[in-house]
Amino acid sequence: MSKAARKESRRKQPPGARTAPEARPAKGLSPDKQLDIYYYLKLNRMVEERLSALYRQGKVQGGLYGSKGQEAISVGSAYALAPQDVLAPMIRNLGAMLVRGVKPVEFFLQYMQKEGSPCKGRDTSLHFGGIDRGFVPPISPLGTLVPVLTGVALAGRMLGRKLVAMTYIGDGATSTGDFHEGMGIASVMRLPLVVIIENNRWAYSTPVAAQSLLTDLAEKARAYGIPQGVVDGNDVLAVHEATESALDLARQGKGPVLLEAKTMRMRGHSEHDDAWYVPEEERRFWEKRDPIALYEKRLVDQEVATPEELAAIVERCTSEIDRDLAVAEAAPSPRPESCIEDIYAPLADPGSEEAAPKTPASARRS
Amino acid sequence: MAEPITYLEAIRQGLWEEMERDRRVFMLGEDIGVYGGAFKVTKGFLEKFGKERIIDTPIAESGIVGAAIGASLMGLRPVAEMQFIDFIACAFNQITNFAAKSRWRYGAGVPIVIRGPAGGGVRGGPFHSQNPEMYFVHTPGLKVVAPGTTYDAKGMIKAAVRDEDPVIYLEHKYLYRLPRIKEVLPEEDYTVPIGKAAVRREGTDISLITYGSMQLHCLDAAEALDKEGVSAEVIDLRTLLPLDADAIEATAKKTGKVLIVHEDTRTGGIAGEVTSLINERAFEYLDGPVLRVTSPDAPVPYSAALEDFFLPNTQKVMDAARKLAAY
Ligand SMILES: Cc1ncc(C[n+]2csc(CCOP(=O)(O)OP(=O)(O)O)c2C)c(N)n1
Repeated sequence: MSKAARKESRRKQPPGARTAPEARPAKGLSPDKQLDIYYYLKLNRMVEERLSALYRQGKVQGGLYGSKGQEAISVGSAYALAPQDVLAPMIRNLGAMLVRGVKPVEFFLQYMQKEGSPCKGRDTSLHFGGIDRGFVPPISPLGTLVPVLTGVALAGRMLGRKLVAMTYIGDGATSTGDFHEGMGIASVMRLPLVVIIENNRWAYSTPVAAQSLLTDLAEKARAYGIPQGVVDGNDVLAVHEATESALDLARQGKGPVLLEAKTMRMRGHSEHDDAWYVPEEERRFWEKRDPIALYEKRLVDQEVATPEELAAIVERCTSEIDRDLAVAEAAPSPRPESCIEDIYAPLADPGSEEAAPKTPASARRS
Repeated sequence: MAEPITYLEAIRQGLWEEMERDRRVFMLGEDIGVYGGAFKVTKGFLEKFGKERIIDTPIAESGIVGAAIGASLMGLRPVAEMQFIDFIACAFNQITNFAAKSRWRYGAGVPIVIRGPAGGGVRGGPFHSQNPEMYFVHTPGLKVVAPGTTYDAKGMIKAAVRDEDPVIYLEHKYLYRLPRIKEVLPEEDYTVPIGKAAVRREGTDISLITYGSMQLHCLDAAEALDKEGVSAEVIDLRTLLPLDADAIEATAKKTGKVLIVHEDTRTGGIAGEVTSLINERAFEYLDGPVLRVTSPDAPVPYSAALEDFFLPNTQKVMDAARKLAAY
């Protein structure tokens, strides 16, 4: 492409957009793993589609925050994690949770507020998990997870575990004080923290240009003297590769890494929002860059799978979802009075074994 | 003839009129411009007042309130929106340490309004349903208001904008579009004074002291009690800081039996403060203990079944009122 032509094509695109990635072989990922990734991408989208149908039937309460168009970030990044790593998903990272072993039934139970839901009907959306499962559950106030994951990374080091703490943050949430305070502490302590900015161009109705003057939000890393990277968020393999590099750097003790994945939120902020404020041209541009469609094409073009083989994976997703949804639909509502339980740990006799503070084995010094 | 309007429309009108009346008034918050606010309180404001006065900010509550404080010190009248009042927690330092103490420390008032949707009953869960009043009621220098009627919603936002001190204006989101409380409002300019409670219903046997959306349950309970031969007075506090101690004293002395009802959780709720006030001012007039109906000490749950159990309702008010009336 000539310089003038490049300039011209850039002019036609919404700012911040990148052209489609060159099809290139997937570095170090076996065909099986590539298909595994496809399965998670598809499952992510299909679970959300089903949730959205449930929402329209009035079976989902409160907000429903989808990740259509952003699945490659969740799946590609979470797929790069090691088992001991700790992840804090945000509300649009259902795919990352699937990759780390959460089953669709948990989302259905949670969103429909059923007995047996991970939060017992007390909280909703993806606000669940637990450190025993390798997750830190998010809360609604944005930015809060960055300092918390800083603490996870710190403890990982103190306990002698080779773990990396990883979390996501929206373009909007990079404006919060907590984000900056967490990055500040993590950087001077050189903690193994990876923060992925999921730049989907819109924070509710606010475009990224009204959030920051930077073209690349990853540039915020400069304020902390830490490594940064920018990746095409609609290219699942590129996200995977970039996350692997970031995790490696963090694991080597180089400190936190800020990675920006550029993408677009292809639906409203929540189910009630039809995103009328997004310019038609921008929406159309990104529609052509659907991360799942792009990946399907790549898998077929590079003969990793035939269309029939991909269809079989989709079939598998459908039957899992059907089965899990049936379980969730049949579940009763939680006991109403259960909402005032579990506020504090059960009282133990201060002299008893149970009352003794629990110190993780590796933190004890003899 | 004028049409009845919603509580939300009343807030909108109040803000609109204050912006028209006084060039110093401006607003800042997330998605308040082009989008017109998450609940549409500022719909049409950007077109009318322009982006110099309707400022869409990045997601930065501490920054928003801090900037409002600074602008107010320069003589302007900022109104800051919290998209949900729950996120006011992020601005706690600016509010309690800077805004609240400025006048006392060095004589400069901070005339800002911080407003946003509070309260439960809309299946918002633990981070979109909170009643944060008591964090601020405990802070001298702040004013905290919680209008419960459409008339008050407009009159109090106007009073808050004109007030010389920092005002936390809590809008109950359950009331936003509730048909039951639609009202025809006066055409002319009016304000509702901060610091004054209202008698919503006269009665002689028992007082129900409340505020916000809970007054609907109190009014319903009062109707039902009336049929049982118990005459209940309903007092709407409207302002939680400063409390209208005289109104509380007057109703306690009048009926001798007080039940306090609020949606906020129990421990450290305003009911404890009102009870003490009654003990101090009207103890000899009491014919029974001061009782309270509140939410239990737990976060607000999401599920409908749980939230319905959690929140006070007419039945819970009736049960407590009957018990008190029997003394
Ligand atoms: C501290 C705080 N302020 C405001 C909100 C309300 N809110 C929820 S999501 C959102 C937009 C988030 O945008 P971004 O961080 O870019 O993430 P995205 O939704 O685009 O994934 C806002 C303003 C909040 N949750 N937390």
